Amino acid sequence: MQVNMLVNGVEVSDDIEPRLLLVHFLRENLRLTGTHWGCDTSNCGTCTVWMDGTPVKSCTVLAAMASGSEIMTVEGLATDGELDPVQQGFIEMHGLQCGFCTPGMMLSARWLLDHNPDPNEEQIREAISGQICRCTGYENIVRAVKWAAAHSQKSDTREEVGA
Amino acid sequence: MQVPAPFDYRRATSVGDAIALLQDYGPDSRVIAGGHSLLPMMRLRLARPEVLIDINHLTELDYIRVDGSFLKIGAMVRHVTLQTSHLAAEYYPIFAEAEAQIADPLVRNRGTVGGSLCQADPAEDLSAVFSALKANVVIAHRSGTRKVPISEFHTGPYTTILEADEILTEVEVPLRSNTGSAYEKVERRVGDWAIAAVGAMVRIEEGLVSEAGIGLTAVRADHFRAKEAEDSLVGRPPSTEAIAEAASLAATHCDPFADQRGPEDYKRHLVEELTKRALSRAMNRSLPEVH
Ligand SMILES: Cc1cc2nc3c(=O)[nH]c(=O)nc-3n(C[C@H](O)[C@H](O)[C@H](O)COP(=O)(O)OP(=O)(O)OC[C@H]3O[C@@H](n4cnc5c(N)ncnc54)[C@H](O)[C@@H]3O)c2cc1C
Ligand code: FES
Ligand code: FES
Repeated sequence: MQVNMLVNGVEVSDDIEPRLLLVHFLRENLRLTGTHWGCDTSNCGTCTVWMDGTPVKSCTVLAAMASGSEIMTVEGLATDGELDPVQQGFIEMHGLQCGFCTPGMMLSARWLLDHNPDPNEEQIREAISGQICRCTGYENIVRAVKWAAAHSQKSDTREEVGA
Repeated sequence: MQVPAPFDYRRATSVGDAIALLQDYGPDSRVIAGGHSLLPMMRLRLARPEVLIDINHLTELDYIRVDGSFLKIGAMVRHVTLQTSHLAAEYYPIFAEAEAQIADPLVRNRGTVGGSLCQADPAEDLSAVFSALKANVVIAHRSGTRKVPISEFHTGPYTTILEADEILTEVEVPLRSNTGSAYEKVERRVGDWAIAAVGAMVRIEEGLVSEAGIGLTAVRADHFRAKEAEDSLVGRPPSTEAIAEAASLAATHCDPFADQRGPEDYKRHLVEELTKRALSRAMNRSLPEVH
């Protein structure tokens, strides 16, 4: 069947089997391997992408169901070669070790900061609670998100009026 | 890598269209809502529908509204929408409380109210919530709709009274004055299914309990309900003794079994303790002066 979607602002279309999961469509058909795939039980959240502005587990959405939607993957976070503050925060605060969970963590973090520019620790932990990290013990992920909140030029410009 | 068995995909454009598609394709077709129960089952090949009918575009089923004497919740309302609905919370704080403990934020962004009830997982949380609230479900079929009390909807683990060509469209909850509600859940870790959970609704009129609802999940209670415990409360003044008696009845009349989430006696203990907590919070909410 034919699917069409806007992935990181680029129109894509392809002929796929209906059973293809969105995560595999992104990784294999589009070669966007930044989105990771880690479990078969919808538990780990490393496959998180935005679908029409909402973070979802792309292993639990059919590519067919996403047809007509706007998708953002981790590859869409940087703008014009400049890292998103969330990405920079993970570098500054050592928010990753093996990096396997990182794409999903960063997409949930960006969503949180877009909706709550100054989250407290509990809100950060809640926002990433659908994701599993085997390495960091989460401490540095939380610090990375806090760093991003403090250095969010992106949301600073967006939130300026209300802030 | 686990991949679902092959199937055809159709996108329904209306409730009528979804029912017509279910009829065209027969019993091997299924609707898919959030897909957060069905797709994991299909990946494990525990489910192998031949045709999937996608109902995600039926915005007509995505509403929470007050209509007459009911709070009406469309089947395609996502968990996150119910969790953050001021309207739902205004009448029944149990919704926000239960939803905050269902799965994780990512799952709640996709999973739906209708999908949760139709999945009929024995540890499903909303079944206990709607059971406590004595809700009705509205079911659409080829020639109209029928309305059924939630206590008749589930027929066992993973089974409901839905016919192959029927769709759940709405859950309606009666609006009640002087009523409080609360949810108590114990889980192994954040985002997990319940070890045991209890939902309570209590209405107090002229100093006496006039209506009580107690929903239980994950402990094999008949229809997710602690009927004997509910009955024991009605007509009595709200008191610690009445609560203790109801909690003990709830713990006796469920049938938990030992699994990786814990032994039977522990689960029974949880039912008793959580019933106490849920009932007393529900009572406090219906009568702010009672503590
Ligand atoms: C990691 C994880 C953790 C979870 N934790 C919890 C938890 O703690 N508590 C809890 O209660 N749930 C939990 N869930 C389940 C979650 O709430 C699901 O979203 C829900 O059970 C199913 O909703 P859905 O919309 O995804 O349904 P789907 O998966 O789309 O459908 C489920 C079933 O219902 C049928 N169906 C769906 N909608 C309709 C309809 N309108 N009419 C007729 N049939 C319909 C489908 O055909 C299918 O058989 C969890 C899920 C995951 C993946
Ligand atoms: S791959 Fe683990 S939740 Fe999607
Ligand atoms: S950094 Fe290794 S899983 Fe998170």
